[in-house]
Amino acid sequence: MKRLVSFALCLMLLIAFSSVALAETSVEVVDEDYYTRFQGQDISISVYNWGEYISDGSDDMLDVNAAFEELTGIKVLYTTFATNEELYAKLKSGGASYDIIIPSDYMVARMISEEMIQPLDLENIPNAQFLDDQYRYTDFDPEGAYSIPYTWGTVGIIYNTQYVDEEDAHSWDLLWDERYMGEILMFSNPRDCFSIALKRLGYSMNSTNENELREACESLKDQKALVQAYVMDEIFDKMEGEEAMIAPYYAGDAIVMTDENPNLAFSIPDEGTNRFIDSICIPANAKQKEAAEMYINFLCEPEVAAANIDFIGYSTPNLAAYELLDEQMQQNEIAYPSQETLDKTEAFIFLPTKTSTLMDKLWTELLSNDENYSKWTIPAFLLAGILFSVGINVRRMLLKKKEDMM
Amino acid sequence: MKSKYSSLFSLPYLIWSLIFIIVPMGLVVVFAFTTEGGQFTLDYVSQVGEYTNVLVRSVWLAAIATVICLLIGYPLAYIMSRMPGFQQRTMLMLIMLPMWMNFLLRTYAWMTILEKNGLLNKLFGLFGLGPFDMINTQGAVVLGMVYNYLPFMILPLYSIMTKIDNRTIEAAQDLGANTKNVFTRIVIPMSMPGISTGITMVFVPSVSTFIISRMLGGGGNLLIGDLIDLQFLGNAYNPHLGSAISLVLMVLILLCMSILNQFNGDEDREGMLL
Repeated sequence: MKRLVSFALCLMLLIAFSSVALAETSVEVVDEDYYTRFQGQDISISVYNWGEYISDGSDDMLDVNAAFEELTGIKVLYTTFATNEELYAKLKSGGASYDIIIPSDYMVARMISEEMIQPLDLENIPNAQFLDDQYRYTDFDPEGAYSIPYTWGTVGIIYNTQYVDEEDAHSWDLLWDERYMGEILMFSNPRDCFSIALKRLGYSMNSTNENELREACESLKDQKALVQAYVMDEIFDKMEGEEAMIAPYYAGDAIVMTDENPNLAFSIPDEGTNRFIDSICIPANAKQKEAAEMYINFLCEPEVAAANIDFIGYSTPNLAAYELLDEQMQQNEIAYPSQETLDKTEAFIFLPTKTSTLMDKLWTELLSNDENYSKWTIPAFLLAGILFSVGINVRRMLLKKKEDMM
Repeated sequence: MKSKYSSLFSLPYLIWSLIFIIVPMGLVVVFAFTTEGGQFTLDYVSQVGEYTNVLVRSVWLAAIATVICLLIGYPLAYIMSRMPGFQQRTMLMLIMLPMWMNFLLRTYAWMTILEKNGLLNKLFGLFGLGPFDMINTQGAVVLGMVYNYLPFMILPLYSIMTKIDNRTIEAAQDLGANTKNVFTRIVIPMSMPGISTGITMVFVPSVSTFIISRMLGGGGNLLIGDLIDLQFLGNAYNPHLGSAISLVLMVLILLCMSILNQFNGDEDREGMLL
């Protein structure tokens, strides 16, 4: 009996291992010689990317990092972050050194202005030729010297077609519609939240005008009574489970949600929206710049880029990779909206410190704004505190007197 | 000779506390009073005044949670301490059991329970009631605090109450004290150190929590912990303001604790935290 059990265990292990080995690690590249330079030198690069943002070999897909290691002999140390701000804080505090980071547009601009990332040597990245120029040369990096686009996408409204009229979904006003009180979710980061309010009022998403920002904040305060919660990735659960009806979110994630719950639909409002681009950069203090550029080049290989896009679900700036996608995806209007829609989009740029401080202050004001808050709260609080301490002292005195009397 | 060795054994902890407690606290103070360039400034500390309502709300909600914990925990701890040994151990086990599960997971579970399509509302729906708005309110935040920190109230109370000798209570009864008198003159004074430890251990984490308010408060009920989180991982990365807020919070907690200590006067300090 015992032998049988151990045999079964061995078999299970074997199956487990073989299924791991099934994940694909070989890939066809444009110029194989290019990748042989560091073969056998035993070097490693550290990559800092968003969570769930690279094809990792699950479901028999390409394991990008393993394929790179196999091809070049360079070891990849891979870690992930959750927000641009987290990435920034990590780099700024200087505790860690990375060779590859993937920040979004406005963070790229900020890092350029603070000299936290360095210009790329494009000679080492021949595959940049596959990239679409409108993502290659952008407002945040006009010469394309510092960044190579990895993915892009838009922000739009996800709504439940069972409860919300499709007609209404063509405007950001839907998020301010009193009929859907308590059914609306909102971003829980200031930049995305304010950009929607600004756009709805007809201003630029990158406005630095204090009055415009204050006006946007007022409109967000009006909206607060209708908002169920300020959330980020919880949107997946809440929309799929029909806990809420309307939420603004990223197009790539909308595809995932509409797959899960067919009642959901996605629309890009007519006022225009934000188009974000996540770009690959090399930090100024990178230790292995050339190997990092080789990694960037590898990510731009059509086959690799297509595998990543398949996995992530966002849109690709890589024209050759786009050709490799299946037709259904190519035609998907959520991922690849018409040029007309794209013309109305705006990319985030880096805001001056004064503006981002103001925005942060208004954001806290918005979140801590309490309709029921009475101006008497603080005086009452103080009074209670004083009465409390007087009470204690009186009690002590009384106790002492009692003791003295005894 | 003995004392020499025993001080040697405490050395690892001393080094540990120096590196991971004293130095970071010093850094918080330094950051709170300096600008990015390193000059001395009071700007950040005075800026904290703008967030008074957040501060008051945090203290208020944490205070409510602490009082509820005390009201639930005190009788339970007393009853538990008077139980036979086997039952005591079972009860203790039942209290500790939820703590084996991850804190985030437990709070997340409350989300599904309180939601509009959640378990409770479905249950009410069976009787034709509701749906009630339970999640994303301040009440939900208080509930989260009470649920997560209740064991920290019960355990110190329980451990101090097991030390109250039954004979003390019997002696009081023999001397003619009625139930009320036994409770107010004997049990409460003798469990005072447990009460103040319990209050500290519930109040301090409650007042500085950020994940409970985010998950159960819907992000619209900002607490002081969220505010600090925003300064370090938020859009306007500003560790100086974040440190200033932390400093004010620390002073506030210190103040609350010292007020609490007044109650203990010169009585037995065994089992106390501060």
